[in-house]
Amino acid sequence: MLELRFHGRGGQGGVTSAELLALTAIAGGKFAQSFPSFGPERRGAPVKAFARISEAQIRNRTAVTTPNITVVLDPSLLTIVNTSEGLVEGGMQVVNSTHSPKALREEIGLKGKLVVVDANKIAAEEIGRVITNTTMLGALLKATGIVDKELLIEQLKKRFGRIAEGNIKAFNRAFDEAQIDG
Amino acid sequence: MAVRKGIEVSLAVAEAAAACDVDCIAAYPITPQTHIVEHLSELVNDGELDAEFIPVESEHSAMSCCCGTAAAGARTFTATSSQGLALMHEILFIAANLRLPIVMTVANRALSAPINIWNDHSDIMTERDAGWLQIFAENGQEATDMVPICHRIAEDKRVLLPIMLNFDGFIVSHVVEPIICLDKEEIATFLPIYEPQQRLDIDHPITMGPVGMPEVYTEAKMAHEAAVQNSYEPICEILEEFGKQFGRTYKPVETYKTEDADIVYIMMGAAAETAMSWVDKVRDSGKKVGIVRFRLWRPLPVKAFKEAVKGFKVLCVVDRHFSPGGAGGPVAQEVKYMLYGEENAPKVVEVVAGLGGRDLDYDAFETMYDKCKKVLDGGEVPPFELIQARGGHYGKI
Repeated sequence: MLELRFHGRGGQGGVTSAELLALTAIAGGKFAQSFPSFGPERRGAPVKAFARISEAQIRNRTAVTTPNITVVLDPSLLTIVNTSEGLVEGGMQVVNSTHSPKALREEIGLKGKLVVVDANKIAAEEIGRVITNTTMLGALLKATGIVDKELLIEQLKKRFGRIAEGNIKAFNRAFDEAQIDG
Repeated sequence: MAVRKGIEVSLAVAEAAAACDVDCIAAYPITPQTHIVEHLSELVNDGELDAEFIPVESEHSAMSCCCGTAAAGARTFTATSSQGLALMHEILFIAANLRLPIVMTVANRALSAPINIWNDHSDIMTERDAGWLQIFAENGQEATDMVPICHRIAEDKRVLLPIMLNFDGFIVSHVVEPIICLDKEEIATFLPIYEPQQRLDIDHPITMGPVGMPEVYTEAKMAHEAAVQNSYEPICEILEEFGKQFGRTYKPVETYKTEDADIVYIMMGAAAETAMSWVDKVRDSGKKVGIVRFRLWRPLPVKAFKEAVKGFKVLCVVDRHFSPGGAGGPVAQEVKYMLYGEENAPKVVEVVAGLGGRDLDYDAFETMYDKCKKVLDGGEVPPFELIQARGGHYGKI
């Protein structure tokens, strides 16, 4: 079973990221769950969302505390939230940042395999707004075969309708541009 | 055709209610139940569900309205949580004793104070004695399947009682997970059109809910007790029929890996699912633990429970609510009631945990195991304990 934790700010779509991933896994015949960090949702405040993906039925209904993968949607969270917390040995962090993996390790102390992409720039150019949830899924999929890419694009089309095109472009660009380190 | 899809449990439950072709929904939104009635109001608004949606001004009015529509012969559905359920309190007893077959989902949540929107069972346990049938679902599939099952049970002419379908707030209600959703045609083959035995009808007037003088009140209560007790067999039949028809069989009491267990956890709701995955993990390290879960809580499945726990040495009852200054948690009290005087009854270790959204995680189950292991090894049975509290037991915080 793979466990994921998404770090974002309220309004950035972290919950949607987790949900799209789970829906894609389920559409592919797997078992999955996604859920927000339950509580009052505040626009702009640091929030978390969780997902689990497995070949077998998932019975654990607690928050994800030992993720295999974390996804950081907002660069400003890196210095105020410990995104490495509980990350399993050999885990991976997918990070929205303009900095190099080396700098992120040395200056912020990020752990694990790093996947870095400038999602703010991509989202601004392709979607017209700095909403990075779909962009970050592109970086995540580059580094892992966690779900089928085409099935995920299907989910993007279903979810975003007339604004799907920009989201798919951003997703694909992040898939191409993400740097993998470690 | 049944479709397996990823969907938020609340939405799947709402769609199941719509597929049951409910006639009337009277509801007031309250977290974490809100998505259920929001979605139903959308379905009615969009013309996908032909029903009256009555957006009332409070839960007291919601339940009052449900009594009215059910009395008029409409298939009636509502949903609530926590403070909303508490505000319905007085009307719940009326719905039950008027024998109105209302189906209400309760996304279980803690009661204030302190204000807390998260999950435990304090809302539902406080309404234990309202005279409703009560079922606890542990996951989204079960919660969704239970909607037609509950309508079928409530409307069975051998039953005719309102029923609460409980599932844990957030940890079930807000999770997106794979659910096999039955469509309207499939449900129609299981849940026939509702034909009320008696209803308010101006052409054939009857009185419902008159005064019950001391001369009849006791008899009315006795009749109600008989109705709730006698619902057990029809409930079992209906659960079995659903299993035969759709391949998912639900029992009043479930067991998990209890065959050779020394210590058995007694649980309700979604925490039992997490406990199953913990059991899978620790069984490899030699801990002989299993789980018995109440799905049916009212009527209390006494015989099935006794059979399920026969021969075990130690039971660990996990309550999600307790009576301050009283005798611990409600589930433990009833478990002890069922075992009192039984030969070779298991010892009962009582814990209260998972209050107000505190995760019932593997650590919590380990703590419980340590307590039970001491008893298994011959130690004294400790008094009930509220575990997971910082600072420990009884006011040391």
